[in-house]
Amino acid sequence: MSLLEVQNLKKYYATQKAVDDVSFSVNKGSIFGLLGPNGAGKTTLIRMITGIFYPDEGHIIFDGKRFDPVNDVVKIGYMPEERGLYKKMKIGEQAVYLAQLKGLSKNDAMTKIKEWFIKFEMQSWWVKKVEDLSKGMSQKLQFVTTVLHEPKLIILDEPFSGLDPVNSNLIKDEIYKMAQSGSTIIFSTHRMEQVEEICDHIILLNKGKKILDGSVKGVKHQFKENLFSIGFEERPAGLNGNPPFEMVGTKDHSYIVKIRDGHKPNDVLSYFLQQDARIISFNEMLPSLNDIFIKLVEGTPLTRQFQETTA
Amino acid sequence: MNKIWLVIKREYLTRVRNKTFLLSTFLFPIVIVAFIIGSVFLAMKSRNKSTIAVINDPGFLQKNLESDSSFLIFEFPKDVNSSNYEAKGYAGLLKVNPDTAAKKYVIESKKSLGIETMNYIENQVEKAIEYNMLQEKNIERKLLDSISNASKEAAKVTNELETGKEANNRLPYIIGFGCGIIIYITMFVFGAMVMRGVMEEKTSRIAEVIISSVKPFQLMMGKILGIAAVGLTQMMLWIILLLVLVNIIPLFVSSETLEQFQQIQEAQQQLPGGSNNTVALEMLKATDTFKTEVNWGIVITCFLFYFLGGYLFYASLFAAVGSVVNEDPQEAQSLMLPIMMPIVFGFIILSTSIENPDSPMAFWGSIIPFTSPIVMMGRIAKGVPEVVPWWQLFLSMAMLILGFVFTTWFAGKIYRTGILLYGKKPSWKEMIKWIRRS
Repeated sequence: MSLLEVQNLKKYYATQKAVDDVSFSVNKGSIFGLLGPNGAGKTTLIRMITGIFYPDEGHIIFDGKRFDPVNDVVKIGYMPEERGLYKKMKIGEQAVYLAQLKGLSKNDAMTKIKEWFIKFEMQSWWVKKVEDLSKGMSQKLQFVTTVLHEPKLIILDEPFSGLDPVNSNLIKDEIYKMAQSGSTIIFSTHRMEQVEEICDHIILLNKGKKILDGSVKGVKHQFKENLFSIGFEERPAGLNGNPPFEMVGTKDHSYIVKIRDGHKPNDVLSYFLQQDARIISFNEMLPSLNDIFIKLVEGTPLTRQFQETTA
Repeated sequence: MNKIWLVIKREYLTRVRNKTFLLSTFLFPIVIVAFIIGSVFLAMKSRNKSTIAVINDPGFLQKNLESDSSFLIFEFPKDVNSSNYEAKGYAGLLKVNPDTAAKKYVIESKKSLGIETMNYIENQVEKAIEYNMLQEKNIERKLLDSISNASKEAAKVTNELETGKEANNRLPYIIGFGCGIIIYITMFVFGAMVMRGVMEEKTSRIAEVIISSVKPFQLMMGKILGIAAVGLTQMMLWIILLLVLVNIIPLFVSSETLEQFQQIQEAQQQLPGGSNNTVALEMLKATDTFKTEVNWGIVITCFLFYFLGGYLFYASLFAAVGSVVNEDPQEAQSLMLPIMMPIVFGFIILSTSIENPDSPMAFWGSIIPFTSPIVMMGRIAKGVPEVVPWWQLFLSMAMLILGFVFTTWFAGKIYRTGILLYGKKPSWKEMIKWIRRS
């Protein structure tokens, strides 16, 4: 069942089509990756989902109903890429204030903040000011204030930028836990290795248009080039006869081969078995999301050209 | 609505709890009162008591020269001359040379006697001569006094026909000008506070975090109203503090000294450049005439209304400027210019209309909301409804309310887009587009 459904969303600015007819749906409890190069329209898309912008055209269905920016924003937690806090305000007060803006009562906010502060070992921060915190520390605080009100939909824009590996893992674990307990997470980034690790489903935006939509596994299979790596105890000296593959490269004791059309991986194995080669490993080489991303986005200018729109 | 309230509360509390707020609130009135008292004491101190010896009196001087026991005493000793008057404790020597026509009365003094003292001596000598001449012609002094008093009375009648009030125009003048200046200054101070607040939210990148739970308009209005509450709190505290101080001063300053101030003032008014202390003196004297000369109920009510109205009219514009600029404060300056111009213009109109509260310039200046908060205060102190008819007051207030509804609507549109826009400062053309688009 989908928590969020985006239908033919459009947002045109004076000089460009920021989001151009984008549709997708996000399943409840999933971790959804929203990918795209800089200026692809991710932020504009997120701002429409969070009710900051009104779409020019299209609909957003949230939790089975038409998205209502005034009442539904309390069910969303949004951590923007450009984020910050009031520098002169005490951390505890600030967290309470942000929680109250999300509809929590003061007492509820206090209890929950304290729980989170204990979880993240931030108890001693309460009376400190934000200007005393390091970037990583304020990032953690930022994350706490985003998820404090237990939103149904959590949108994180580059949540790990500026975090060290320890704190990254801390937050990553929390993201998993929240997804397991039923929250839906939209995760926007251009760090592909994180997406591969975390996300169930991804879409890729480029120039305001959706150019890819699928599960991480599905996408990888969609873009696979039938490449396999075969490891040998000792690499065979040469290839005889008519192999069912093309050699792509060699690496230490292994070959990287591309299977010819009409052949199966088993054909490769039986070929080498006939050659009496001693095989120790056989893996399919799936493209990384990074490769797919670059392949799809490359060729288009990295930053978008400004084009006049007729909106 | 609940969210606006949260924003207002935060804006208010973070500012009121700030040390600079407490400092400026309590120090400002104390500094002003200290300044007034200080300048009065300086005026007092410059009036050293001194004694002048008069020699070669032709006869009428001793009879007609009036001494002022607290200021200047004339004595007529026998054995004093140019060489020994100082040793005998006289500050100066007034010599009469009966033979020469040009320099008949000469003052000798080693140290400078001061303009005021010289002025007093000149006046007294002139009076003495005048009385002497009158006596020679057999005109009694009493008769002359009664004639001059009668003519003064007559002059008062003409004043009454003109303004409907007794001729103490200086107090309303000062009140009106003072209120106008305070509104002028506070519009800048609190307007800039709004602008800095918005810039802080934008540069610290918290704007988008807040905007994801609060509408931009709510955030803007929350900030504006929160700072308005700060401003009102400060104004109220100032008014209370000033009223307390004004009521305390007469306890320390006796009515005799107040009379003295009056004399100083009269003496100073006769001098061409001698009005430097009159404002301070007037303020002190005002403690006596406080309730009678000015309609305080109307002045204070209007002051608070125009302070709030003027602030609200401009605050959203300041907020809009804050929303479109980035870290660089220089960018803000060029955008603030069109906002500051009408405020400064209002101040210029105030200074001319305070003399002519009925001129067309004063009228239009006090109706058009760009300048009315400043200009109208200058006119109101002169009297409602004598100088400012009720319909003008209500028209001006209504225009101001309409005005701030419009500027808030207008600025809200720029703010909404600007607050989320990073990078280059948008051009005027782009901003106009934002307003048109939605």
